[in-house]
This record gives sequence, structure tokens and C-alpha cells, in this order.
Amino acid sequence: MTQEQLEVGLYIFVLASFLGFAVVTRIPGLLHTPLMSLTNAISAISLVGSLILAGSGEGTVATVLGAVAVFASMTNVVSGFLITDRMLKMFHRRSAPKKPRRSRQPEEMAR
Amino acid sequence: MSSLVLGLVYLVSAACFVLALKWLSHPTTARRGVKTGEIGMLLAIIATLLNQQIIEYRWILIALVLGSIVGTPLGLLVPMTAVPQRTALSHSFGALAAGLVGTAEFYLQKPDLGGVTMTALGLEVLLGYLTFTGSLIAFGKLQGVVRDRPFVYRGQNLLNLSILAAGLVVVGLLVADPGRSTLFPVLIAVALVFGVMLVIRIGGADMPTVISLLNSYAGLSASMMGFVLGNELLIIAGALDGSSGLLLSIIMCRAMNRSFANVLFGGFGAKGTLGQIEERAVRSTSPEETAFLLDGARLVVVVPGYGAAAAQAQHKIRELSDILMARGVEVRFAIHPVAGRMPGHMNVLLAEANVPYDQMFDLEAINPELPQADVALVVGANDVVNPVARHDQRSPIYGMPIVDVDQARSTIVVKRSMRSGFAGIDNELFYLDKTQMLFGDAKQVIGQVVDELSKLPAKEVAPA
Repeated sequence: MTQEQLEVGLYIFVLASFLGFAVVTRIPGLLHTPLMSLTNAISAISLVGSLILAGSGEGTVATVLGAVAVFASMTNVVSGFLITDRMLKMFHRRSAPKKPRRSRQPEEMAR
Repeated sequence: MSSLVLGLVYLVSAACFVLALKWLSHPTTARRGVKTGEIGMLLAIIATLLNQQIIEYRWILIALVLGSIVGTPLGLLVPMTAVPQRTALSHSFGALAAGLVGTAEFYLQKPDLGGVTMTALGLEVLLGYLTFTGSLIAFGKLQGVVRDRPFVYRGQNLLNLSILAAGLVVVGLLVADPGRSTLFPVLIAVALVFGVMLVIRIGGADMPTVISLLNSYAGLSASMMGFVLGNELLIIAGALDGSSGLLLSIIMCRAMNRSFANVLFGGFGAKGTLGQIEERAVRSTSPEETAFLLDGARLVVVVPGYGAAAAQAQHKIRELSDILMARGVEVRFAIHPVAGRMPGHMNVLLAEANVPYDQMFDLEAINPELPQADVALVVGANDVVNPVARHDQRSPIYGMPIVDVDQARSTIVVKRSMRSGFAGIDNELFYLDKTQMLFGDAKQVIGQVVDELSKLPAKEVAPA
């Protein structure tokens, strides 16, 4: 990695972290468990690195370690997205929402 | 596929991940968020597989298929009570992947690793392996395979810090000269041991913080992998996960009024019972009386704690809420951030039991309403409703935000026995004049209250 690449990488890292904070701050405590399982699935993007390693054809060590890494990340991709959706499916409002309560809802959710 | 196209696809998938988190901010858009995240992931995988750098597909395909076979039941069959364990397990899988890729990259590139790349690689491997074993221990504790009580001994902090320092020194030596490849296994071993040492000393009450912190580490190690491989998508996705985990751990620490240092090095709940618990009289009540009291209320605030989840009482609680609502009583659920074993866990358990999310309130929303509540019904919660946290500076939970159930006109506490909570301290709430104890297994006792309520004659319910 050259100095220039490092600089760009650090910029991306810092800005993405700020973006992450900004976006996640707005997620209510109600959804913190789905949040964790979703970010879990997202960070299983290390699958990309594992695929490149496992497919590089650079010898047995690279292939074996890479394949195990592919297996581990793929498990997270599949289970992470599936369980997040399964949890979110269960969240529902009162079946017959009373009118005065409906108007208060967005405010309560924001906290 | 040209590298420009590949780069653009990665950019699109990074944008998908950001949108996924953005849409997760409300239950009505959250599932769209998941879909978007899936699309981002799929695009990245396909683009990577079509990339000319990949020349060998056989093992990749086998690993992808095996991963899907293991991942599907982990996603579809794991019960909601076991979500914290599953989460810990997936942190350990993610971190293992980062550690393994880092290891292989080291041996492939070792003579000509630059200082910068080696630093990132060192951190990737250190974070990866320590999160791997740390999360496995967390999984064991949550699953009940490993002792839940904190494992503490004299000189533990000194030893742990020395191990961590040793790991950082090894990284430093490798950065100075990547040719010292004999040091690399030492780094791996140190990281693996440190992960175990870090988490065995953590007790059940601190699991929400630790699991969030491990989430953050797993993200950071993926981000470091991005630096090693020069892959911006990995840097971004890892940073999103890392910041999210960090934010959650900060929220959890605040919910217990504790610092990171205190969680990691303090050994909360390790000391057992603090001070002596004097025998004081409590008022106990019966399911029948409870039913009458609840039926006469206008507003009931239910405070479920981990004990309610452990007793599988959430479905009975929802039945209670339904029958009360049908009789014109307004029921609200007050959820403390550390009510479950991970952030937001109690909300998921209640949602699974069919409690609508607009009936669930967090601390800031419910506390101003408690003085208007006729009855506060505490089920399996203890430390998070202890008024001592507000006024007794000597108490270990002093300053912790609590649900102010003592502000309600009357309080009913459903509890198995007079045993103290995680913090090992006595609960002043139980001895208040307006508090009545309803002893018994939460599921069974709440069930009896529901039966009593259904025996009551129908009530004229004023239209809302």
C-alpha cells in the first residue's frame, strides 16, 4: 500500500465512521437487535476479501484459509440477513390504532 | 470485468449498505432496508466472482454452499430468546474470516510488506483472533455452556494488560521488520488468549455492553482487511459496523452509568452480595387481588426484565395486556435498554409475543408518565427499578437510569423469591408501602392473573 492509498483509505474510513454514527444514532432502541444483526451481515462483506484469497490460486495455504474464511463469512451473510428480516416481520402496530395516538407516533419513535 | 466497472459496482453496494441502515430507523421502512442490504451484498459477491483475479472456483463454490447450509438454519430456526448467542457466534465467524485472510496475506506477501500494510495487517489479525475467541466465550456464557458468573482473580487486570501490551509489541516488531515471520504465530496466540481472558471476567449483566463492543471489533477487523487488500468497500462496510457497535456499547454503558474501563476491568456482580441484607417485611399479594387492582386501573405500566424472558412469560404478559385493554385499561410497556441480554432484545421478545411496537416505550418516554400510572407491574426486573440508583451514592448502581416505578400509585412486583439481582444489592422498592410482591414463576403467576380477570363480569367500556 502506497502512502497515497493509505491517505485515501483513511479518509474513507473516517468519513464512513462518521456516516455510520450519524445514521445509527437515528435508529430507536426498539430496533437495536435487528440493527446488530444487520450490521453483522453487512460486515460479512469480508466475504469479498475471502473470495479473492481463496480463488487466487496462490498455493494450498491461501486456498484452504481462504475457503474457511469464505465459509465463515457466507454463514454470516445468509444467517444475518435472514434473521434480521425474520425479526422485523414481527414488529407491528396496534391493529386498530386510535386516532390521537397515531399523530404522536413519529415523535416517540425518534427517541 | 474491467477494474473500473468492479470499482463502480463496489461503490453501488456501499451505497446500498448506507441506505439499509438509514431505512432501519423506522419499523415501517426497516424491511426495505434489509432488501437493499441484500442487493448490495449480492452485487458485491457477483462482481467479485466475475473478477479476473479469481482463477480457481472449486473450493469457493464448496465453501459458499456449506456456508449457506449452515447459515440458513442459524437465520431461520434459532429461537428469539437465543438471538444474543447467535449474534455472539456470528461475531466470532466474521472475526475468524478476517483473522484467516490476514494470516494468509502475511505469508503470501511477507518479505515485501510495507510498514503501513503491516500495521493494518497486524491490527486485523489481533482484532480478528481476539474477537474470535472472545465471542466464542460470550456465546458459551449466553448459551450456559460456560459459567455465567465473572471469573476473577488477583492481578487479573495486570495480566490482561500485559498480554495486550505483548500483542502490540509483536505488531510493532513485525512492522519494523516483516521478515521476522516466526513472530507471527506468537501474535496469533497472544490474540487468541487475550480474547478469552477479556471475556471470561465479564458477568451476565454486562453482556449487552460486551456483545456490542465485540460487534465493533468485528467491524474494525473487516475494515483493516480493506486496508490490507486495498479494497474501499471493505473499509466502508467495516467502518459502518464498527461505529454502530461502538455507539451501541456507549448507549449500554450509559444505561448502566458505567465506563468502558469499568465494564472491561471492573468485574460487576463479581462480589456477590454487598453489605448485609436485613430481614424486612414485605407485603405479598395474590393473583386474585392483583387482577382486581389491575382491572380498576386506567393506566398500567408493565416493566419486563430478563427474568420474564427467562421464564418465557412474554406470551402470558401479552394475554394480560390484551384482556386489560379489552376492559378499557391502557397498558404500556416500559423497556430499559439493558432489559435483555443484548441491546433491544426485550423489544424483539415482546414483538414475537405479538405486542405492538407502539405499546413499547423507552425510559425517556415512559418516566414522565409513571406518576399518572395507577399500577406499575414489574415482571422479572430488579436492578433497573431500584430507587436506590437515584439517591444512594454508596450503592454500586448509583446514577444508573431506572424506570421510576416507585412514582406510580401502586406497584406489583412479580418475582420468584427475594433473591437480589445482578448487582447483588437489596431493592428498596420491595419495602415501600405501595409495593406488593406477587411471588411465583412469572409465566404461571401471570397466567393465574389472566384467569382471574377472565372470571370477572363484563365491564361497560367507554369508547376511546
